[in-house]
Amino acid sequence: MDRDRPTPTPGPSRGPSESALQVRRLLSRIGFYLFIVIVGAYFALPMLWLVFAPFDAHPTLAAAAPSAFTLGNFSDLLKNPNALRSLANSVVLAGATMVLVVAAAAPAAYALSRVRIPGRDLLLYVLLLFSSVVTGTAAMVPLFLLVFDLGLINTHVGVILVLAGGLMPAGIFILKDFVDSMPKSYEESARVFGASSFQILRDIVLPYARPGLAVIAVWVVVNVWSNFLIPFILIRDPGLMPAAVVVYNFYTEGGQADLRLLSSFGLLYSIPVVVMYLFVNRRYGFRFYGGIKG
Amino acid sequence: MSPRGAELPSPLRGASTPPEASAAALQTRGAVAFLTPALLLIGVFLVFPALWTLYLGITDYRLTGIQAAQPQVIGLDNYTSALGDPQFANSLWVTLLYVLGSAVVGQLGLGFALAWTFRRWRGPARNALEVLVITAWIIPSSVVAFLWIAFLDTHNGTLNAALGNADIPWLFSWPLLSIVVFNTWRGTAFSMLLCGGALNTLPPSHLETARLAGASSWQQLRDIVLPSIRGHILTNLLLISLWTFNDFTPYLITAGGPNFATDTLPVYIFRNALINFQLGYGAAISAILLVINLVIALVYLRLLRARS
Repeated sequence: MDRDRPTPTPGPSRGPSESALQVRRLLSRIGFYLFIVIVGAYFALPMLWLVFAPFDAHPTLAAAAPSAFTLGNFSDLLKNPNALRSLANSVVLAGATMVLVVAAAAPAAYALSRVRIPGRDLLLYVLLLFSSVVTGTAAMVPLFLLVFDLGLINTHVGVILVLAGGLMPAGIFILKDFVDSMPKSYEESARVFGASSFQILRDIVLPYARPGLAVIAVWVVVNVWSNFLIPFILIRDPGLMPAAVVVYNFYTEGGQADLRLLSSFGLLYSIPVVVMYLFVNRRYGFRFYGGIKG
Repeated sequence: MSPRGAELPSPLRGASTPPEASAAALQTRGAVAFLTPALLLIGVFLVFPALWTLYLGITDYRLTGIQAAQPQVIGLDNYTSALGDPQFANSLWVTLLYVLGSAVVGQLGLGFALAWTFRRWRGPARNALEVLVITAWIIPSSVVAFLWIAFLDTHNGTLNAALGNADIPWLFSWPLLSIVVFNTWRGTAFSMLLCGGALNTLPPSHLETARLAGASSWQQLRDIVLPSIRGHILTNLLLISLWTFNDFTPYLITAGGPNFATDTLPVYIFRNALINFQLGYGAAISAILLVINLVIALVYLRLLRARS
């Protein structure tokens, strides 16, 4: 048996296979870097324009380092009443929808987490089903008519209610996860001291589920801030349109787009959601969120 | 009992309430009150529109004219005229290609490839690429739509410049391919994150054993990795298919053109219902889209249940 033990010096027959292995390793290394470079370029190139053009005094459609660096595009943007007003409208829509979703989803999630209602799980499934099936695109006709008949067409309230209804099931679902993880003994001792259900919700459940509340708050804001379709079909008055629609109007309405305005506005409008999302992603990790997106 | 009046629970009261009732922190009546606001919003703005779509689809509802005041029930006429309309058939076909190309092949394929690559690769370059992919997913649609219009522009676009001043009119000559490539760029992040999460659930020892046994990367992938994360991949596939079916962003880039080459179902509905104001007809198409969504979602929920 001892004779079969491999010797430290490789036999002549092993030479070629060893170098073949090295060639293969080298090729897979090259393949790996090639893949990374191509994918990196694919994701970076379309975005470059948004990085360079806002700071270019004479931007074109091509992404190129600014020939003449300037912050003038932004100061011009600040003088444009349309752009500023639309950002304010976006803040109103996102803020109000966020408050509405959090205020309604938190008690609902608590109730669904703690009470044995017959068919509770089925109810949750059906709600989640509706929120993923009834998208803005599939329901644009009835949503338009409903808001029209309620006299809420061309108002922020109409957009807020529609978006809140669409985001609610997933919001409840995410929050319920957080409430489920809360030990029941907390509430039981509060109950023993005579606290009402509302007090328990306010003083115990909500503080405990604060990370969950933060997550759905950011998630709602990101969704509403980016949503194009709902305000696009429900709002006709330019003064009420959010930034999502006004950006689109900048490049579709009236001839040549003003690239200086468009680029600086696009950047200013995009930065808040990108920052918020990356922050939440870093802090709480990636979770699956259903509901309407885009 | 008074809200905060009771300093300490008297033994008497403790005895009078049955243990189950005091253990359940929330009574059914309170639960109903807690649920009502959310359910009301969901009922009015989510469930009701879906049901109304089904009703509108069998009427000749229009926004103006006599049909606006008194819509007539015309049965399945809208559906038969939709199914007989070559424009609708075209739209369905375009949507199918869009979903297959950009969601199934593009987003899932690239997303998985990236997750697999990121599995063992560490360092700033990896993090930068990951943030880049996620950023493409997070930037609002109306901004990315213009970024791609600029990127693909015939004379000044960055893509043609990168190809050596090629002057190829991408959005005109290759419209469907363009939006497929666009939507792959747009949505790969979700598949990448979900597949990455799935790969993290694999015990490293399994792969280590396979590697020591001499299995190549491809064999590890085929025989160990894919079978164990099949559920995650299916979940991912269903979700991105659903989202892509309902994606309205192509409208912002091509508005359905040129010559209906990118006329996906959402764009088709929008054009018929809210531009031509044939609301009944638009609702019928919406109902068809709802049914497609429902089938995808039911398969998804069934899988979700089977796994838990």
